[in-house]
Amino acid sequence: MLRLIGQRLLTTIPSIIGVIIVTFLLTRVLPGDTAAYFAGPAASPQAIIEIRSKLGLDQPLPVQFVSYVTALVKGDLGQSLTTGQPVTKDLAARLPASAELTLAGLLLAMAVALPLGVLAAVKQGSWIDHLCRVVATAGVSLPVFFTGLLLVYVFYFILGWSPAPLGRLDVFASEPPRVTGLFLIDSLLAGEWETFRAAFSQLILPALTLGIFSLAPITRMTRASMLAVLGADFVRTARASGLSGSKVIGTYAFRNAMLPVVTTLGMVFSFLLGANVLVEKVFAWPGVGSYAVEALIASDYAPIQGFVLTMAILYVALNLMIDVLYGVIDPRVRLEG
Amino acid sequence: MTAAPLLEIRNLTVEFATRRGKVQAVKAIDIEVGKGETVAIVGESGSGKSVTSYAVVRILDRAGRVAEGSIAFSGVDLVAATEAQMRDLRGREISMIFQNPRAALNPIRKVGKQIEDVLLQHVQATRGTAKEKAVEALTKVRIARPEERYDAYPFELSGGMCQRVVIALALACQPQLLIADEPTTGLDVTTQKAVMDLIVELTRERGMSTILITHDLGLAAAYCDRVVVMEKGKVVETALATEIFRNPQHPYTRKLMQATPRVGMSLRDLLPDAPPASSYSPHPEEARSAVSKDHPEGAGASFETRTASAPQDEGLDEMKGRALLVVENLVKEYPRPDTGSLFAKLMGKGEPAKAAFRAVDGISFSVARGETLGLVGESGCGKSTTSLMITRLIDPSGGRIVFDGTDIGAIPAKHFAASPHRRRIQMVFQDPTDSLNPRFTAERAIVDPILRMGAIKGRDALRARCEELAKLVGLPVELIDRFPHQLSGGQKARVGIARAIALEPDLVILDEPTAALDVSVQAVVLNLLEELKGRLGMSYLFVSHDLNVVRLLCDRVIVMKTGAIVEQGTAEEVLGDPKAAYTKELLTAIPHPPT
Repeated sequence: MLRLIGQRLLTTIPSIIGVIIVTFLLTRVLPGDTAAYFAGPAASPQAIIEIRSKLGLDQPLPVQFVSYVTALVKGDLGQSLTTGQPVTKDLAARLPASAELTLAGLLLAMAVALPLGVLAAVKQGSWIDHLCRVVATAGVSLPVFFTGLLLVYVFYFILGWSPAPLGRLDVFASEPPRVTGLFLIDSLLAGEWETFRAAFSQLILPALTLGIFSLAPITRMTRASMLAVLGADFVRTARASGLSGSKVIGTYAFRNAMLPVVTTLGMVFSFLLGANVLVEKVFAWPGVGSYAVEALIASDYAPIQGFVLTMAILYVALNLMIDVLYGVIDPRVRLEG
Repeated sequence: MTAAPLLEIRNLTVEFATRRGKVQAVKAIDIEVGKGETVAIVGESGSGKSVTSYAVVRILDRAGRVAEGSIAFSGVDLVAATEAQMRDLRGREISMIFQNPRAALNPIRKVGKQIEDVLLQHVQATRGTAKEKAVEALTKVRIARPEERYDAYPFELSGGMCQRVVIALALACQPQLLIADEPTTGLDVTTQKAVMDLIVELTRERGMSTILITHDLGLAAAYCDRVVVMEKGKVVETALATEIFRNPQHPYTRKLMQATPRVGMSLRDLLPDAPPASSYSPHPEEARSAVSKDHPEGAGASFETRTASAPQDEGLDEMKGRALLVVENLVKEYPRPDTGSLFAKLMGKGEPAKAAFRAVDGISFSVARGETLGLVGESGCGKSTTSLMITRLIDPSGGRIVFDGTDIGAIPAKHFAASPHRRRIQMVFQDPTDSLNPRFTAERAIVDPILRMGAIKGRDALRARCEELAKLVGLPVELIDRFPHQLSGGQKARVGIARAIALEPDLVILDEPTAALDVSVQAVVLNLLEELKGRLGMSYLFVSHDLNVVRLLCDRVIVMKTGAIVEQGTAEEVLGDPKAAYTKELLTAIPHPPT
């Protein structure tokens, strides 16, 4: 198993190098002049040139690249010009927020989608199957900002059940001592129930919004993959040997059907992590997606490069986890590694 | 037969709801199985034999239902029984074993655990004793080192071993009735014999009743007390196994028997009485040029280049006699999975490599023009690897493949598609369904090689050529616009053959072309192949594990075992008077019906 992990890690080195080069080039190709942006609208051309040379932007591209890579090796992602903070610090502060939101959304989606997909496959053509289709279609066709706003309107504005959608904690609560960066877990670790409750009530609406959106692919994949497995010979054998329905569906069919579902989960997770900018905006959630977009608008190179690189590494790590999970589920994969 | 049968099927009709209305798969059949009796249900695909057995254990898929009739199992009405009652009966009183044992087992669960599941379900063991009992069940089906095999996954076991596990699973709870649905289809003859002997022995030992569902009349007659012959959902004949070969009553039984290849018959004998309409051309080369003349713009040109490449002064007979394909000392090695450390591999200096696995170990043979050479052996003997090397789909590790004077083994596989020799070697594959692109019509499939390598251009010319090929292989022309799923197995086999001969190859490699077909269809396809060979002057390399078919079709035979040739010679010599012990073993493993 360790050897397999090592091999997978080695194969990702070229793609990480590729990501570094491409993001570097892309940020330079993008329209907009960082120096001009930071000098402000009233700055003189002289001031802009000064800022440019201070930032090292007057150097030829290869020289800029070398200094970027040199800093990168030291773990330095550069300085954000908009926040004035090192990018690593910004990302470290914001990534857990995004991760917590995405994980919560994904868990919610899984809790609904997996049983729904399994039931739809087992009772093919029944009302559950139709419900599954409706839910899946509705989930993808409603844009997240719409569902998000609708939820805020209903649960905050009309019913008043949830707190104002203003970030991860309301103004009166204080952050729990940082261990994982995930407020729910940290507050539990510290035994601060009040903080846990506050964080939870802030999290529930945006997580729901994300969950509704990611229901569709998971449900559909679960249903399709269950249908395929239920038609397999070994399920027939299990039935013919008199195994109970729950054993046939749970132990025999579902575990085999998990393989494609796990792949889908990984894809959905990595997609949501970076792409839930709209949800972050609606709920004023201090995540990495909105951070990257703000940096992009400001032509702030360092955060963008840092963001893309972090996402790439996360993606690699996630795929590795999925591979390992595959090995746990399917003994045949272990052999091939 | 005992007075009260164990299983009594009366007037059973099974219906399937399809898009085109209800279809009766089984029509008002009566079958009885006595205590301790072994009954075979024989029939070709679509005869309703499997559906009957699924109806007995009530595992028909959702579209199927018992429309009429009754099934009584030691007094219990199985049609009226509740699902919970059925679940108790399945596996404990009535067990099934299936075709394709590897797929019949859960691929990601240890085989021992799968046996435990059944034992626990039927309260034949407790959590504490389950493992012990599962190992015992494995021991009973004579699996070597059962404690180790308990932890094996199906993919780690051979096909025969998997079937033993399935049998262990089925017999774990000591049922009274075993239904074996084509238990040995797809297994090698020696494995088939071992599995069948095991089933018969275990069921006799316990006084169990058995229903053997098979398409092989020979197998049925050899292992069963009574034989029930089914055709199109109806029982057409029920007879004692000892009687059925001697004195078949129903015309369908006679047709089945006739189509089953046996010793001492010719290809023609397989077919129902009337000889095929098309004439047999005595001079293959003449026939070839006659075919080519119809197509001066395309095939004719290829014919000319072909004669031009052959020495002009040689006579036809000499050309025929000279070897078309000479294989010398052919080797294919596969590296064994290495265990060298990652670091060592990175640095390019792994441990000294272990001796590679030799799938094909230095074999030499030749195929003469107009000859059919049979390549026989059990799975894993290297016969498919050999055929893949000759078609140049994979590269040999050593040796020479000389085709018509050129060492084509020296051309790398990835460049061979562009070689002028490529069109002269074609292949017919084992599974007629899987070897056709499901999105291609029959016509598109047949003209595919012409589009890639042929000289015929233009829609009309291609269509005409395709129709001609269809006629040649006996495929009704109106069917060539259909997709594979709209064709029968025999028709798909014909499409595969038409595709292979579309470029008028010199050598056709037939990789078990009839293994997936019913015997009556097989009889027709074998005769078609023989006739086409004569007409088009082709040579065949016929890869098969069915010795009876090889005997009928081949001039010479090569027997392979673990990558090496153990015996070769004319078909009569090798199969009539085998010298090698392995050949003898193969021949005795063929089921011999009582005569």
